[in-house]
Amino acid sequence: MINKVVNSFDEAVADIFDGAVILMGGFGPANGTPSNLLRAIAKLGVKNLTLAANTPGFGRLPEGTESFRKTPPDYDDGGLLIQTGQVKKVYCSFPGMNRPGMSAPLFEKWEAGELEVEMVPQGTLAERIRAARAGIGAFYIPTGAGTVIEEGKEKRVIDGREHILEYPLKADFALVRAHKADRYGNCVYQGTSRNFNPVMAGAANITIIEADELVELGELDPETIVTPGIYVDRITIREKGA
Amino acid sequence: MKEKLDEQTMALRVAREFRDGMIINLGFGIPTLAANFIPEDIEVIFHAENGCLGYGPIPVTEEEQDFHLVNATGVFATRKPGMCFFDHADSFSMIRGRHIDLCVLGGMQVSEKGDLANWTISLGQPGNIGGAMDLAFGSHNLIVVMTHTTQNNEPKVLKECTYPLTAPQCVNLIVTDISVMEVTPDGLLLKETAPGWGAADIQSITEPELKISPNLKQMVL
Repeated sequence: MINKVVNSFDEAVADIFDGAVILMGGFGPANGTPSNLLRAIAKLGVKNLTLAANTPGFGRLPEGTESFRKTPPDYDDGGLLIQTGQVKKVYCSFPGMNRPGMSAPLFEKWEAGELEVEMVPQGTLAERIRAARAGIGAFYIPTGAGTVIEEGKEKRVIDGREHILEYPLKADFALVRAHKADRYGNCVYQGTSRNFNPVMAGAANITIIEADELVELGELDPETIVTPGIYVDRITIREKGA
Repeated sequence: MKEKLDEQTMALRVAREFRDGMIINLGFGIPTLAANFIPEDIEVIFHAENGCLGYGPIPVTEEEQDFHLVNATGVFATRKPGMCFFDHADSFSMIRGRHIDLCVLGGMQVSEKGDLANWTISLGQPGNIGGAMDLAFGSHNLIVVMTHTTQNNEPKVLKECTYPLTAPQCVNLIVTDISVMEVTPDGLLLKETAPGWGAADIQSITEPELKISPNLKQMVL
């Protein structure tokens, strides 16, 4: 019997190792962030991680500080792992900013030389992750030609336009937040909580789903499944708790 | 002291560029405000980088706020008939593939060639590129809306950008708090002035030499 459901968030992340490269879904305060998996990694304590995400996130605000925006209940983002000192490198398009009610733990660590940041335009980040899943060796893309993004990259003029060569962003683990999943790993999402999540599913050696709900095989309409189970290795369910 | 347009009025002027049927992407800040000024007789569809086409206005009540529906600036939006969701790879295929008709971005500097700088003032710091680079490279038509000068009254419309570029030669129209300028192969064409402002006033706080449109007019607000 095929059953990718594991018993706990802790069990799902237990083999994440020091130095692992991790893809992490999520965008803004949408419910698309795998908060429980991130908390489990914080507990695991592995170090020297590389995170790839649109934004590593803002982490936890100091006690008593009011956030500039509302976040979902029980919310944590990748900023937590930066605050715990577990991250050495970040690929992102939006590192964040320091302003009242918003923390950007990345900046502090970056200024102290404890963390490396590679800026990737948002669309290039998505495409590099997609390429990793799709087995594409590299691709030419116009975004970034004539800017600092092109530094050190091969260039080529295609149809009269400058393009730069970008490589897939290969990872060890992908943390994906879904809405419903079945035991084969088929997943659907909700609204803009989808964002990077289905792009990352299957783009790493091990893809771990954090879903709101587990459903029986056949409950998800095959016409509307967004992530086919083939891309999924492990499933954790929020309703089961940590 | 001549009066400059406030942010809402700049956004209103931007919305005058919306045409029936357009797919439009609005960036952080003033561009987002333009969604409040869609002319009544047209239908447009807003695209959000985080995977949504056709979202509705910012919710009025707290009950309407849904953590599964935010726009690309992280602000709550609302559901609207005809809307659809997709992932980030699709979203940026739409952008790079030139399926977006009009994009409006904020700017720190714009050059007379239409180069845009809007993500960092220095490479010594990781600024926020977000989706702006892809949008600047991929849009058919790019409007930049910004104040004409910095807080210290230094020009932001320059011969060459001094900040790191978002994209070279990408801007079509610049809307500021005192002017509307079109980027042409011959340089910047001053087309509109804010009430009370003359072409000479605007030139005096603009670095490159402006061409003056024979149809120069006051902004209709």
